[in-house]
Amino acid sequence: MENDTIITDTIDDSEDIHDSGKHDTADTKTALRTINLSVKFFDKLAIKNINIRVKKNNVAAIIGPSGCGKSTFLRSINLMHDLTPGAKVYGDIYVHNEHITDNNVVDLRKKVGMVFQKPNPFPTMSIYDNVAAGLKLNGIRNKSLFDETVEKNLTYTGLWDEVKDRLKSPAISLSGGQQQRLCIARTIAVKPEIILMDEPTSALDPVSTSKIEELIINFKKHYTIIIVTHNMQQAGRISDYTAFFYLGKLVEYSRTRRLFTNPREKLTEEYVTGKFG
Amino acid sequence: MELTEKKFKMPGNIRRRKLVNSVMIILCVIAGIITILPLLYIFFYTTKSGITSLNLDFFINMPKPVGEEGGGMANAIVGSIILIGIGSLIGIPVGVMSGIYISEYSKNITAFIIKFVTDILSGIPSIIIGIFAYGLIVINMQRFSALAGGFALGILMIPTITKVTEEMLKLVPQSIREASLALGVSRWKTVLRIALTTASSGIITGILLAIARAAGETAPLLFTAFGNSFWQTEIDQPIAALPLQIFAYAISPYEDWHRQAWAGAFVLILLVFVINLIVRFVTRNKFSGNQ
Ligand SMILES: Nc1ncnc2c1ncn2[C@@H]1O[C@H](COP(=O)(O)OP(=O)(O)OP(=O)(O)O)[C@@H](O)[C@H]1O
Ligand SMILES: [Mg+2]
Repeated sequence: MENDTIITDTIDDSEDIHDSGKHDTADTKTALRTINLSVKFFDKLAIKNINIRVKKNNVAAIIGPSGCGKSTFLRSINLMHDLTPGAKVYGDIYVHNEHITDNNVVDLRKKVGMVFQKPNPFPTMSIYDNVAAGLKLNGIRNKSLFDETVEKNLTYTGLWDEVKDRLKSPAISLSGGQQQRLCIARTIAVKPEIILMDEPTSALDPVSTSKIEELIINFKKHYTIIIVTHNMQQAGRISDYTAFFYLGKLVEYSRTRRLFTNPREKLTEEYVTGKFG
Repeated sequence: MELTEKKFKMPGNIRRRKLVNSVMIILCVIAGIITILPLLYIFFYTTKSGITSLNLDFFINMPKPVGEEGGGMANAIVGSIILIGIGSLIGIPVGVMSGIYISEYSKNITAFIIKFVTDILSGIPSIIIGIFAYGLIVINMQRFSALAGGFALGILMIPTITKVTEEMLKLVPQSIREASLALGVSRWKTVLRIALTTASSGIITGILLAIARAAGETAPLLFTAFGNSFWQTEIDQPIAALPLQIFAYAISPYEDWHRQAWAGAFVLILLVFVINLIVRFVTRNKFSGNQ
């Protein structure tokens, strides 16, 4: 495709248009763009001046050691920090060329779905109701649509055969990995345009993991996916671009193949070759 | 067992630990028995004394003058149900909503004040609440009424329900709320359909406790509902209540009335039990939440 983009943590040291701090409203290829995004918890800076552009129908992976701010970054995209005590978000985020605070937060979250780091099914609901929850809670009442949605999305996540005989049993009766796949099904059931995934496969066995990876690759045709992962092989298999975060800063954002084979930054090389982290 | 003990001689500190462990278990069992005993005693004694005077007449007849056979407490039973009903209509919505406010929307000083006031309210003797209802409603209406009694019971229920709602909602993991919000569900729907539903079984337990306590209250009814020896179901009139009737009969000098008071006490326990069963049945959930 186009030339690689490198975006570092300050505005000044790059000539790349993505770092200009100006927002190009005519740009239709970009799904997500952040400009000088910083997040503070109380007075502690968790991420600092993150500038990233994710193209439509791409998969972007985020890697980096524990605590470097990957989840924090992801959660700022669908305004999840709104409810976190002490959290303050600075900078600009554009989703499909619209500033995320320009519209209603509820509409934003319908467009930007999220799979959380820990599985969080609704404990009072059945497996079936969990998958249909997004539709039901948003006022849709159409049994056949529910049936179809539940079967389709559970099939996508490879859970259908395991649970089709007990759709009415409580979601919390599932194993941890099954719960996570249920949560993925619940997220994609509402057809978001961008899907944020925070280590979606960290609790899964290899077979389920490859099912989810397959799903991500298939979904690329229609969606844009941003995925946090600790598994570098995984990032290599599924992502087009990879961002390496370290201590709250974006060290490097390059095409995945390049980042793993010929990174621009020494720090990236040390991390991907396992010298630290 | 013997074999192991012969083979591996236990070091002294493990022996001591085992001893301390046994002693603590015994203490806990004793404490458990001390808790259960009075309850069982009250329950069996009330049942024993009450059940012999209990018959159909007691439920469908009005009180009769001393010496006449076959009087009942129909008016007091219905009166208590009406009073609890009015109390619940006031206490449950106010209690649940302020609990929601404190738990879900509390970032400011208002929530702190509500919480503080609720804690104080729960420590106020019930007779003072009765005086409050008297001053607010009885004096203005210029008569005792079921409304004033129900109001007093409602106020009495608020702190318990608020506290339980708040605490049960706090037990609902934040991640469950986030899951809902991330699906594009609005804040208030998330609170009502996700957080409250997940906490519901605990909240219902709290509401039932509050009802049970209100059902047995006598003091706040003395100068609000006042009592009534006739059949009366209008809410702007003085109304009979089981605890008042039990009190009146128990301090009377008549053997016959004492028996009726026991029967009344038994019916009061029964009433709370039945309300419990009905509420549990109506609100039963396929899967319990955080309980
Ligand atoms: N709610 C919060 N309150 C205070 N500090 C927080 C909060 N959430 C995250 N942090 C801090 O922000 C920093 C980044 O955390 P974050 O969860 O984004 O890390 P991460 O890269 O996702 O790590 P991991 O790979 O372990 O999931 C950490 O230092 C963490 O302690
Ligand atoms: Mg994380």
